Parts: sequence; structure tokens; C-alpha cells
Amino acid sequence: MSKGTIHNRDKFLSHIADRLGRERKTDVSRPDWEYQPQWAVYQEKTSDELCALFNENSEEKGTLVLETTMDQLAETVEYVMKTYGGSPMVATDDGRFAEFGLTDVFDENDVHIWDAELGERNIEKAKQANIGFLFSDVSLAESGTIAQFNDRNIARSVSLLPTTYAAIIPRSTIVPRMTQVTARIHKQVEEGENISPYINFITGPSNSADIEMNMVVGVHGPVKAVHIVILDA
Amino acid sequence: MAMKIGEKPFFDRVDDALDDTFMRQSMANAQDGLRGKKIAATEGDEAIGDWEDWRSAGEEIRRHTLENLDYYLEQLSENFAKRGGHVFFAETAEEANAYIQQVAKKKNAKNATKAKSMVTEEIGLNEALADVGCQVHETDLAEYILQAEEGDRPSHIVVPSLHKNKSQIRDTLKEKAGYSGTDQPEELTAFARSQLRDVFMNADIGITGCNFGVAETGSVSLVTNEGNANMVTSYPETQISVMGMERLVPTWEDLDVMVNLLSRSAVGQKITTYVTNVTPEVGPQSVDGPKDFHLVIVDGGRSKALGTEFQSALHCIRCAACVNVCPVYRHIGGHAYGSIYQGPIGAVLSPILGGYEEYGELPYASSLCAACTEACPVKIPLHEQLIRHRQIYVEEGYADKSEQAAMTAFGIGASTPSLFKIATKGAPTFAKPFVQEGSISNGPGPMKLWTKIREFPAPGKENFRKWFKEHKKGDSRNE
Ligand code: SF4
Repeated sequence: MSKGTIHNRDKFLSHIADRLGRERKTDVSRPDWEYQPQWAVYQEKTSDELCALFNENSEEKGTLVLETTMDQLAETVEYVMKTYGGSPMVATDDGRFAEFGLTDVFDENDVHIWDAELGERNIEKAKQANIGFLFSDVSLAESGTIAQFNDRNIARSVSLLPTTYAAIIPRSTIVPRMTQVTARIHKQVEEGENISPYINFITGPSNSADIEMNMVVGVHGPVKAVHIVILDA
Repeated sequence: MAMKIGEKPFFDRVDDALDDTFMRQSMANAQDGLRGKKIAATEGDEAIGDWEDWRSAGEEIRRHTLENLDYYLEQLSENFAKRGGHVFFAETAEEANAYIQQVAKKKNAKNATKAKSMVTEEIGLNEALADVGCQVHETDLAEYILQAEEGDRPSHIVVPSLHKNKSQIRDTLKEKAGYSGTDQPEELTAFARSQLRDVFMNADIGITGCNFGVAETGSVSLVTNEGNANMVTSYPETQISVMGMERLVPTWEDLDVMVNLLSRSAVGQKITTYVTNVTPEVGPQSVDGPKDFHLVIVDGGRSKALGTEFQSALHCIRCAACVNVCPVYRHIGGHAYGSIYQGPIGAVLSPILGGYEEYGELPYASSLCAACTEACPVKIPLHEQLIRHRQIYVEEGYADKSEQAAMTAFGIGASTPSLFKIATKGAPTFAKPFVQEGSISNGPGPMKLWTKIREFPAPGKENFRKWFKEHKKGDSRNE
């Protein structure tokens, strides 16, 4: 990685300080905000209730929700493959697929696993794919949203280019709302860790209401979305 | 200046708008739709608790950030550069464009894709890049439509093509892009999808705006629905994000609050389909990510508001909630404002960024009903700022004598801090000779023109909600 550059900063920031009628500030501590309504949302909900909310809110966005269990996961995934057009398909390069027993079903159905070493060819594969399989890292009950911390292996293209994205959602990843994710990232930063270059919150298929305010599903991202919720994981 | 739309004087534009029945009807429909959705997702959503607390939280974060803007911009730029990105601070639109042109030339870039961004409209980036042989492709559906029309400009900050109906869109795409389908939104959208797929893949540069910069990590957060921002930030080798210098938050925790306020206020969604957070990549690079990151931070006149009574206008998160409740916008639409920023926030912001000479009349595009202030998720006192603008406009001699009289009658000339109270109390009295059954008719100067807007409420006399209801009843009769 080459070091970045910063141009014209001092003059620019001094001008701001001038306008604000004071010297430049070099140390500011963020106050404890008086208003923090975000923390109270869904605090009283049980994990069952959060899961139900996640499903309900996913469906509201036109996402198909399939509840399953660990021992039926492979079968459920196969059902999704059959229902949404089958091959070609892609998946992120994520150790969890093996952990969750999906290696065989991926092999048998010729799912292309993202391989950073193959370079651009991966993108071609994702572009042609009917379905892209991925794991949700954190899942938001409030809105039926999946969050992914993308990198070169957990590639962003898998949720973006195929006609359908199919996210695997271990129930333990479900939290009330974005607040819990951003708090986690904030903590990571405070501990000096580098964050993912692409943190992506995705809520169902892409859509637009730009033409006479009519909602149209399927614009530049996927046209359909499937959430496979594993109840015992 | 690229912020400017059209050459006609303000009141002529208002006249034109009032003659455009389709545009007025679609503005009314859009306002009703967006406003209804917003209310359901804000005051109407019990799950999130008291919406007023969220607004206060938003205001608190924005105020603190702006008060310490130099500090947080330093942090943002430091963190962006630490991860290999390049930051350029641009005082003017020209400086920003010159830097971006230079990047494009160095890369020998011929094609750029762009996700919707008001600040790049403001600085006129498309034209600047065209000048160095790089074509910018708009990819947001609304912006794509406007670009196809050549020379059409945004009429709403969230839905820029609001003034166009589907048959107009079909005709434009037929004529300019070889479309041969119907005027069904699904079919039109599918056409845009197929046209842009390869454009996304082959672009040399991806250009984005920035809904929020996150200072603690040097991240750019994009709040979108169509997936185009994701395409733009994935396949081109170079990413250039352009941000208005005020568009940042200290931490990710604050981002959470702002994204919630924006999604709910702009489109009535709990969260938009995509909230995409891009930070220059460290370590081994992704195949499907940019290799070269640039962040251009633009002043463009914003600093003129710092340290003044207009500072809080910079708290704006461009949700357009104020636009969607404005009775004047409802009647005159977006283009009449002559600025890419319309509605109440446009009337506050445009004179700050572009000066009173050009935009000083815009603050009169308001009935001072205060619906905007009430709707604003970060509690900007928009109507007070409109009054203050009017006052300055008169004080500094931009208005001629007869206009001055009318403007005084319209509720300015008050000099105490509680401008609004005085203005709303005073206006009906001053305006009395012209008030007939709750509407002002045949007022002098600008007011005369304003009174062409049917059912224009007398300032401060009628509560907006009531007016809105009555007005709606009358729509079919009057349109
Ligand atoms: S002024 Fe307030 S309501 Fe208007 S666009 Fe800005 S944030 Fe939204």
C-alpha cells in the first residue's frame, strides 16, 4: 500500500477556524450525547421475537424467507438453487460454508467459489450467475437487513451481480438494529484494528421509485433476494 | 455556476411553473406520497420510540460536528490518507474540478460512472470532465433520465426527475437511447439496467458523492436504493468521492443515528436498500474494488455560513423532508427556484452558496408556515433563516423601493431574535389591505406575483396543516 497524500489542508482548516472565530482545534472529545434513543429500540425483545421481526421485515421488502435448521440446511440451499434458476452460481470464499456442511451441495451443483487468485474471471462468473450465496455477518431485526464485512475473499460482487442473492443467516447474528453493528465497529476502531474496506448493509433486492413514484424492484443490483434463517445456529 | 438552473428571472420562472399543470399535479402527488410515508416511518413508528428524541439526537451530533469542523475534517483526512487514499481540500468548485481533471488525465480516463451526488451537480463536474475527454455516465435512474434529455436539470434533491412523467421519459429514451418499449416503469427501468451494465464494468473512474464521511476511520458512507452506488464503487480502478465539507460525523455510532434520520425522512424507509461504507483498502487488494481512492472536500461558499446565524443550515442531511411539505414548492415545483437546491433548504442554502444577487429572491418562496422547520430531522430553524435572509436582502439594498414595501408587508423588518414570532404576528396586519378571505390577493411587487399562486395562504394566519387539508380538497377544482 502506498501512503496517501493530503493537499491544501492547512489553509482550508485555518479558514474554517477563522470563520468559527477561534484558533484551530487539535483535541476535541466527543460529548456523551444527551439524546441516545437508538439504544432502547427492541431492547426488551427476546431472541425469538427478534428473529420473527427480522423475518417479517425481510418479507416486507419482497425477500423470500426460509427458516431451516442445521441438519436441513443443505436441503434448503438445494431448494433455493432449483427455485432460482440453478447454474451458474457463485459464493463468497467463506470458511463458514464448510463449517455449516455446504461443501458437498456446492460441489455437486457446480457453484463457483470466489477465488481472489483468479482475478477478474470471478467478476465474469458473478455477472452471469443466477444466484450468489453469502453469509450475513450481522442481521438487523428492525429492517430485515444483512450486513457484510466485505474483503477480497468475502467479495462484494456476490451479493451485487447475480440475479438473486441468497444470504445464510445464523439466528445468532440477529441484533435489534444498526446500532449494535456500528457500536461494534466503533469499538474495533478504539482498539486500533483496521476495519473492512467495504461494510455493506443490504436490505432485499435493489429498487427505485424514480419514475412517477412507482416502486420497481430490480434496478442495478439483484432482482430477487432470499434469506435462509438457521434457527439453531 | 453549475448550481444555477435557467436564465430567466425568478418571477418569470414562477409564472412558467404555474402554467405547467402536469408538473404541478405531479409535485402534489409526490409530496403527498412522500410525506405520508415519512410520517408513517417517523412519528408513526412506535418501535423507534419518540421521534422527537431522534431529531434532538441528530441536531446534537450535527451541531457538535459543525462547531468542531476543522478538527473532524483533519481526522477524516488523516485516516483516509493513512489507508493510502488521497485527499484534496477545494475552496472553490474550480479547484475541485481542476484536481479531478488532473486525476482523469493522469489515468487517461475516457469513461466515468457516477452515483447520484448533488455536490457534483453543484460544481459542474460532468462538464469539467467532458472538457478533458472523459465522459461521465449518470447511473441513478432519475439522473440517467435527465442526462438522456440533455440539459434537463434536477427538480428535487432526492428524486431529481420528479417533474417528468413516464410517457415523457419513454419519448426521451426512444429518441436519445434507442428504446422501443412501452411507458411502463418496470420496462423503462429494465432498459436502464441493461444499458448501464457494461458501462459500469468498463468505466475507468467511479464518482460518488458522500452522504456522510466518518471521521474516525476515513470512511465514505453512501445511502442508496438502486445498487448503482455499489457498482460505481466496485469495478472502476479509481474512485473519486466528492463531499461538501460539512457532510461528516465523528464516529460510526453517530453514523447510525444519521442514517436512520435520513432513510426515514427522505423516503419513509426504515433503512435504504443499501448503506455502503467505503474505506480505502489496506493489505492485499480486492479484485472487485478500486485500487486508487480520492476524496475531494469542497467548501464552495459553505464557510460563509460558519460563525453566522446560518451555520445550522450546514447541519442539513439533504433528506428533502422540508421540500416535501412546502406549500410553495407544491405550486411552483423545483425548476422555478433556479437552483439545484430547491424548496425551503434551497431557499436558505442558495443565497449562502451563490450570493444574494443571484438567489436573494428565493427566501420569498415561502409562506413562513414553518412546516419545513417542523419536518426537518435535524431541527434546522428554516423559516427563521428565511426571514433573516429577507431582512439582509432588503438591508443590503438588493430590493428596490416598491419591493421593499411589499417585503416589509410580507413579514420582515423585525430585528429582535424572535423574528419568526414577530413576523408571523406582524404579517397579517401589514398585509391586511390585500388579504381577502385568508388569502393575499393583488399585493404589490413580489407579492402580486405570489398571489398568482392560487390559495396562497396569508402568512402566519392559518395553521399549515389546516391549510394543507383544505388545499387538498380544493386541488381537483383548481388544477
Ligand atoms: S433542511 Fe432539514 S428537512 Fe430540509 S433537506 Fe435538510 S435535513 Fe432535510
